[in-house]
Amino acid sequence: MFSGVLELAITIRGVAKHYGDIKAVDGLDLDVPTGTCLGLLGPNGAGKSTTMRMLTAQSIADRGEITVLGHPIPAESKQARIQMGVVPQLDNLDIELTARQNLSVFARLYQIPRARRRAAVDRALERSQLTDRSDTKTEKLSGGMRRRLLIARGLVHEPRLLLLDEPTVGLDPQVRQELWALIDGLRSAGTTILMSTHYIEEAERLADDVAVMSHGKLIAHGPPAALLDAHAGRNAAEFYGPPPRLVEVETLAKGAGFATRRTGPSVSVLRAEDIPDSLADALGDGTLRPANLEDVFVMLTGQEVA
Amino acid sequence: MSVPSATRPLRYVEPSAVVGVLAHEWTLFKRFWPSTTFSSVVEPTIYLLAFGFGFGSLISVVGGYRYVDFVGTGVVATAVLFTAAFSGMFQTFIRRTYQHTYDAMLAAPVDSHELVLGEALWIAARAGAYGCAPLLVSVAFGLRPGPAVALVPVIGFVTGLGFALAGIWMSAVVPSIDSFNYVISGIVTPLFLVAGTFFPIDGLPGWARVAAQVNPLFHCVELVRHAVPGLRPGADLGHLAVLALFAGLMWVVAVRKMRQRLVD
Repeated sequence: MFSGVLELAITIRGVAKHYGDIKAVDGLDLDVPTGTCLGLLGPNGAGKSTTMRMLTAQSIADRGEITVLGHPIPAESKQARIQMGVVPQLDNLDIELTARQNLSVFARLYQIPRARRRAAVDRALERSQLTDRSDTKTEKLSGGMRRRLLIARGLVHEPRLLLLDEPTVGLDPQVRQELWALIDGLRSAGTTILMSTHYIEEAERLADDVAVMSHGKLIAHGPPAALLDAHAGRNAAEFYGPPPRLVEVETLAKGAGFATRRTGPSVSVLRAEDIPDSLADALGDGTLRPANLEDVFVMLTGQEVA
Repeated sequence: MSVPSATRPLRYVEPSAVVGVLAHEWTLFKRFWPSTTFSSVVEPTIYLLAFGFGFGSLISVVGGYRYVDFVGTGVVATAVLFTAAFSGMFQTFIRRTYQHTYDAMLAAPVDSHELVLGEALWIAARAGAYGCAPLLVSVAFGLRPGPAVALVPVIGFVTGLGFALAGIWMSAVVPSIDSFNYVISGIVTPLFLVAGTFFPIDGLPGWARVAAQVNPLFHCVELVRHAVPGLRPGADLGHLAVLALFAGLMWVVAVRKMRQRLVD
């Protein structure tokens, strides 16, 4: 291919999609520059999965324009799909087939020439650390292994663009870390990645840019640090105590013009770095923590993300 | 990696996509062939033995055939129908709704009509092969077919294509897997009984004879029954045309309905 100069791997312009009365995506504009990882963040029902399905033309937009790798969607969807890998949220492996057979089938579906097919499958197995389980039936693999196999299947043809829909949902923390290492490796190797997630930490670790969706709309977009800076500051001070104490903290902070949010049994006061000494004395003992994307999200939507 | 196919205009059906779907089926078949083959071959063979020898002791000759040969040729169509319609319905339904296999395939460079084509071709090929089983049993019991019998797998394939597509269509129409009970009792069973398989349709009331004429399976039965002694080109081209028309119609409705179900 000679389209190495393509600057935007994905462009989405004014895209809307409704199901019955529900507006799943409602006027979305979004770009994914080539070679970057974009984290699509939002609660369940924000329109992330619908957006992903529209990129493979498995869902057709009601209006708006989409291009993927320079191809208009859905008109040239197949040309785009051959160069992209898709890792769905839902495990749709053939459980009766072995890990290798699952990959071989998709190596063919992705039209890897026969002579290179075996090497491609071996490489995908190696990359997902499943070489020694290659002849194990998929139903006998652990949850983490199956997810790695699902990712390997999306990578078997060395796609230029990878769509990851909630790649670590439902996995335990250790397995999640392993997958993050795998995804980070792909990003470093130059694969463009669009990853939907509702795990804040996942977006913070892996994404160059984060797009926050709520009710089908894009409500913030930028590098994680810029979003923190714009919407949540550097630090948050957390105050614990019985409910009247939490209310007191909220009243004091809001009175001084600081944003607060309930974080479980505590209240977080955002932009703690700007709290003047007088207010700090009045608020009493709190714990400083770095601001995170969840703070941003709650500030933007008033909604908890996960 | 160079991807030449990304730059040329694509055909309505890309052979590589259909071959990919077939390769998936072949990989699964290598694992499941004993059970798949058993049910498709044994059931019609039991019908053949039960009717052939049960009724065969009462009736010796029907329509110029020994009764056991009459049933042996007729049951070919039953094997084709069961293989094609049941696979089309259940296999397609399960892959689409429970296993989500088709979602994975459509994210790859495969479109819904190519998926339907690949699945239907595969099922039809199996139907054509399994349809030969009752004939082999009949040969063991004394049937002596002519050379045109070599066309039986082809007849089975064409018939199977129509019923596979009909099954795929049904799989996209029904709301749940239990609804297949209505399809089986209300459609499949009458089709297989009023097709001239076990008794000639000449003896039926007028309306049932007309019904049999529009039953694609009747035309399959006629073709197979003619192929054994030797084809009757005039009539048999007509039977073939009906089967081809049936497959064509089912292609249109199956593709449309499956696309509605797979792409939202």
